[in-house]
Amino acid sequence: MWRFIGFRTLQAIPVIFVVITVTFFLVRAAPGGPFDDEKAVSPQVQAALEAQYRLDLPMHEQYFAYLADLLRGDMGPSFNYPGRSVDELIFQGLPITAELGFYALLVAVGIGVLSGVIASLRPNTVQDYVPMSLAMIGICMPSFLLGPLMVLVFGIWLDWLPVSGWDQSSGDKVLPSITLGAMYAAYIARLSRSGMLEVMSQDYLRTARAKGLPERVVVIKHALRAGLLPVISYLGPAFAGLLSGSFVVETIFQIPGLGRFYVQAAFNRDYTMILGTTTFLATLIVVFNLLSDFLAAWLNPRLRYQFQKGK
Amino acid sequence: MTTRISRLPRGGRNWLVLAVLALLVGCSGGEDGGGSSGLTRVEQGNLDGVLHFGNGVEPEGLDPHIVTGVAENKIVSALFEGLVAKHPETLEPEPGVAESWEIAEDGKLYTFHLRQDARWTNGDAVTAEDFVWSWKRILTPELGAQYNYNLFSVVNAERYANGEINDFDLVGVKALDDYTLQVQLNSPTPYFLQLLDHYSTFPVHRPTIEEFGSISDRLSPWARVGNIVGNGAFTLTEWQINSHVRVEKNPNYWNADNIRLNAIVYYPTENLVTEDRMYRDGQLHHTQEIVLDKIPVYQQEIPEQVKITPWLGTYFYMFNTTRPPFDDVRVRKALAMTVDRDLLVETVMQGIVEPAYALVPPDTLGYFPPKTFDYDPERARELLAEAGYPDGEGFPAFDVLYNTQESHRRLAVALQQMWASELNIPAQLVNQEWKVYLENQDNMNYDVSRRGWIGDYVDPNTFLDMYVTDGGNNKTGFSSERYDEIILREAPATLDREARYELYREAETLLMESMAILPIYTYSTKHLTHPSVKGKPSNIMDHVNFNHIWLDPTVTTE
Repeated sequence: MWRFIGFRTLQAIPVIFVVITVTFFLVRAAPGGPFDDEKAVSPQVQAALEAQYRLDLPMHEQYFAYLADLLRGDMGPSFNYPGRSVDELIFQGLPITAELGFYALLVAVGIGVLSGVIASLRPNTVQDYVPMSLAMIGICMPSFLLGPLMVLVFGIWLDWLPVSGWDQSSGDKVLPSITLGAMYAAYIARLSRSGMLEVMSQDYLRTARAKGLPERVVVIKHALRAGLLPVISYLGPAFAGLLSGSFVVETIFQIPGLGRFYVQAAFNRDYTMILGTTTFLATLIVVFNLLSDFLAAWLNPRLRYQFQKGK
Repeated sequence: MTTRISRLPRGGRNWLVLAVLALLVGCSGGEDGGGSSGLTRVEQGNLDGVLHFGNGVEPEGLDPHIVTGVAENKIVSALFEGLVAKHPETLEPEPGVAESWEIAEDGKLYTFHLRQDARWTNGDAVTAEDFVWSWKRILTPELGAQYNYNLFSVVNAERYANGEINDFDLVGVKALDDYTLQVQLNSPTPYFLQLLDHYSTFPVHRPTIEEFGSISDRLSPWARVGNIVGNGAFTLTEWQINSHVRVEKNPNYWNADNIRLNAIVYYPTENLVTEDRMYRDGQLHHTQEIVLDKIPVYQQEIPEQVKITPWLGTYFYMFNTTRPPFDDVRVRKALAMTVDRDLLVETVMQGIVEPAYALVPPDTLGYFPPKTFDYDPERARELLAEAGYPDGEGFPAFDVLYNTQESHRRLAVALQQMWASELNIPAQLVNQEWKVYLENQDNMNYDVSRRGWIGDYVDPNTFLDMYVTDGGNNKTGFSSERYDEIILREAPATLDREARYELYREAETLLMESMAILPIYTYSTKHLTHPSVKGKPSNIMDHVNFNHIWLDPTVTTE
């Protein structure tokens, strides 16, 4: 097990390094610069601005200086928000996005597993078709449609929940969490349905039933543990996806999270911010994938064994 | 409760509610629904004197010498005060830090008498020396202040900013004593007083800036909550990025007795639809925009809350006059004459803007631009034939460049159609992301391109100085010796307003005769404003003077 963990961790480092390098040169290759604006900037001012951000140095010097700073944990000053560092901005948005992602994941797992399991109990009946059709709609319905629709109904017509904000009035976290979670709920529903279906036909469940166990115990105690394995290995990437994919929901609901920086930085050509958020999210995705690999290996001994045999 | 607009039939609504309710029940998030209990944010704000202001985008910063945007301006002008302020209705100068001022007969020497009770938020007096140091700061070349050119009418300011001289004593701004400031200009600049209400000329607090960095440090955190020291009617108390900025009444402000707002909360509302929902839900007193398609509905249902006002800005297309076939003035004129502006304004723009036939918006402080052409497809076809393209024959396909945005696309489609049906020439629409679009304009890598310009101050010069030969904002290849002569030398030296406007009309006629640009409409500002907001008249600069605003809690939208 330890060998497995160590090997996978070592594999992850070059991935992150490549992400940083590619991003660094790609953003600089993109047309337009951080100081371009509708009103022309005089050459003198342009030169002064470039000097303030080290853009006057040759490209390779900029690159190595950036790497050196990064190793010290310094992602540099933001181009777009003078007086603020990228570290500061990321760590200001992260807790909010993480909280949103966590609630969304609760929504996703709650709805997803429940409807997936219900559907799998009577495959190809109404009990299967209804939740699965809803799931299909959930996957197809983009959050920029679902979000405003829910705001219209619950925020404006019924006036039950606030239409926007985060931590500003009670209940303002409900709609964004559902909006963000819905798509993942749908996917989890399909994963858990197929996982359960596969498990339900296994011999050990037939044995359990033959022993006279009630169906409830068969499902909850014996089938779920194996049937939900695919869902568990999906949770890591899903959470990383929730963190990096929250831009639309954050914009709709006026939430001061990380996702908005990520997208705005690209539009503004805020070089350090693009690099900072990309590096950060890439690291996060790699780490969550690792964690879910480890979790899956721990739950499913076959994976570990295969790895050891392969060596 | 605030105004609600429901447009779905009852049956449909119930069904929808049920469907989404099923989703909600599954969520065991644990938070209970609020919102219906108590007052809306706007109603509470009316009682507490707190204005909730939709401010467009997140401010990049609050350092008056570094920021460049409209959203920043709205906050900075509450936190700082220049020598002169603007009356919100007339836009005429009214006293700010300067109690009074004298202008010498030649129009080149200004003497400002500062009020002795003006204070920084930390209690220090605001002195003439503060202004001298602040102007030195924005002119310091290493600071890279984009708006330093606002002071270039001051003697030697431009040379100092460009690093040609190093001695700031040579620059024409002097503190005669603690409360007297003297400014020497290169030439009489009739709009100079207006510039003193622009944040680039605001004073900053020297000890605070030097505590956090040097005079040329862009990146220091001095303009943050807890650090910032200002001299305006309000002081910064909260700033959460992408959430809100809160400023509260400054008790040290010299005119604090007459400030009626206790606080202003600015919200970055870059998503127009979200802003619209926030307004309808009673979270905002004032929106930065109105979604174009909703204007007719609002005009019918809540007309008193819809504020649409002409704006000091022009929406136009420009030609690359260095590239065939647009190097031929007849071709440019033909294109301009086939644009039916009345039709465009009425349909695509929902009738809320005015058609434009020149660059400077009409009635810019009494200036009316010349009208050199009109909608005339017949004449346009003749011109095109003279240029060698009878009935559009042999006219090369050309690109119309615009930055990606739905409203620009709609307008471009309409123009494409007009040119195709009237002149039989093929325009191709090309949309590009903002920065790419800017770069292609800068490199003159386009045929025809969409462009907009908003004036910095109320004077034709803020528009016309774009088109001097090789000017940084020209981007069309337009060049005229006479035009340069007027804009750079004759007009700035002319003291009499009518005589100066006559010169500007001559220059603008030159520009329009060459048709380097194709004017389309004069912008207008669109806001939704809650009726409890008082003392906020509309004006062509979209200028907001928060010192005059107050909230009337007795007014509701019931």
